[in-house]
Amino acid sequence: MKMSIREAINLTLHEEMARDSRVIVMGEDVASGQGGVYGITAGLPEKFGVARVIDTPITESAIVGAAGGAALTGLRPVAELMFVDFLGVCLDQLLNQIAKFRYMFGGQARTPVVIRTMIGAGEGTGPQHSQILYPMLAAIPGIKVVAPSNAADAKGLLAEAIRQDDPVVFCEHKALYMTECDVPEGDYVIPFGRARTVVEGSDITLCGLSRMAVLAAEAAAQLAADGISAEVIDPRTLSPLDEQGILDSVAKTGRLVVVDESNPLCSMASEIAAAVAEFGFDYLDAPIQRVTAPHTPVPATPCLEKEYVPSVSDIVEAAKKALDY
Amino acid sequence: MYRNQEAIAVGACLDMTSDDYIASTHRGHGHCIAKGCELEGMMLELACKEDGLCNGKGGSMHIADMSKGMLGANAIVGGGPPIAAGAALTAKTLGTGGVSMAFIGDGASDQGTVAEALNLAVVLELPMIFMYENNFYAEFTRNPKPEGRIAERAGSFGMPSVVVDGSDFFAVHRACREAIERGRSGGGPTAIEAVSARYYGHFEGDPQAYRDEAELREQREAGDPLPRFLADERASVLDAARVADIDAEIFAELDRTVELALAAADPTPDKLYTDVYVSYEGRAMQ
Repeated sequence: MKMSIREAINLTLHEEMARDSRVIVMGEDVASGQGGVYGITAGLPEKFGVARVIDTPITESAIVGAAGGAALTGLRPVAELMFVDFLGVCLDQLLNQIAKFRYMFGGQARTPVVIRTMIGAGEGTGPQHSQILYPMLAAIPGIKVVAPSNAADAKGLLAEAIRQDDPVVFCEHKALYMTECDVPEGDYVIPFGRARTVVEGSDITLCGLSRMAVLAAEAAAQLAADGISAEVIDPRTLSPLDEQGILDSVAKTGRLVVVDESNPLCSMASEIAAAVAEFGFDYLDAPIQRVTAPHTPVPATPCLEKEYVPSVSDIVEAAKKALDY
Repeated sequence: MYRNQEAIAVGACLDMTSDDYIASTHRGHGHCIAKGCELEGMMLELACKEDGLCNGKGGSMHIADMSKGMLGANAIVGGGPPIAAGAALTAKTLGTGGVSMAFIGDGASDQGTVAEALNLAVVLELPMIFMYENNFYAEFTRNPKPEGRIAERAGSFGMPSVVVDGSDFFAVHRACREAIERGRSGGGPTAIEAVSARYYGHFEGDPQAYRDEAELREQREAGDPLPRFLADERASVLDAARVADIDAEIFAELDRTVELALAAADPTPDKLYTDVYVSYEGRAMQ
């Protein structure tokens, strides 16, 4: 059935709450209004009641910390951190508490909490509502990080995030909410750590994360017009990361462009490039190209924001550079 | 580390079961014992040994026992109250009748996380107790707040709050029993400020040069909860011989467990990599 990412997440929340009474949803505006700015939780309070769909004050440490404490004691909370930028006010509860419970308590703890959060630029929301930040999260042992780029993956990965027993940060790119694709009906679960081949190809690999997987597919279409066969890979989960899937593609194509909307230093692009350089050096016929946002905050003005976000032509240009090497 | 605050943990945990939760603090050993953690597992954990409660990976500042509802000491000052609020949310959502208690030092009382947890507990009517331990010192700094200010601040969020003498077991127990009953019966959160100067410093071996010697001496003597407990007629069932027997029993158990802990095996090197996740498919964990 064709649906948008926004609809797929809403549907999955409905299905998982119906499937398991321990699943609760909590966060700012999740029960009131229309289910948040993008209507992600619309219909849940009417169906499951406000005891399980819980509006909270605008206090992110309490939201994330209480979700962690609830997970530690038997619930399976899906908490909403409205924008990933708000990690700035609640990081301790994720970094020092939730991520470490299992390890520092010697394996006694299970913390099946999902933190859903909006990431990404492109909507003119400026420096404090547009960041990516997932590289920072992927660097923390004890949590998993997921960033779907289409509705089918959003459904399968969110179902897995809710059903498995580790803490997960589920990153939803706000500029992708309305993009549609066919979504399998019924029970659909995607295991973490499996990249998806978006487009098959043989001349060069374009590895794109989150929204950049969509742009990489557009770049592949443009390259095809020039007779270049580009393969597009979407890792889908950043921790765990399917390095083998990326390496398998590079083994076939011999060239790699990594496209990541993160800032460049210590980005996922850097991590993937390092892994391929370390384990796939012999496959490479050209230097790995990284296409990322610049080392600047996200500007609010659309004309600069457009410059900030990697574009299809940036990807095409990087691909040609690798092909011309 | 917990000396002269024993009446607080004991009074607070006496009416709780393993289905009730506590989130502890940087000074969590007393809370552990009061919540029912076995001394042996505790001592082994304090010594960071393989068979400690947390396999030696938590140590003194992160000791926890899920089977007893002890959700961890916490090396982040003010880290515990949001977690305790989550445990209270579990009790409320599942209708277990359980309560959750956050221990909070006077230093932690100023943290934003505590204010957030107070607010959440009121808004969601959580079965939760904010158990403040005002021991006068935040690390090395004297807390300038007058006694009662912490309870007053918590009360201003819209919950019943009370100040008790933290070295009076019966006073602490009465306040906690009331708070626990309130939580169990759907009456929402309570804040209790128990006042009792700490005996030792911020860490083992802290010479406490920042405390006035005469005052420290006086506080140490006046703050010892045991003589006050024994002098109370409600404790009269315990005669001197029985008290001596209990003391001997405790000292013997402490000696046994300390000796055991010191001789116990360290975790093997492979344990560095275990229990980061329940499951993980990726090179990062291989």
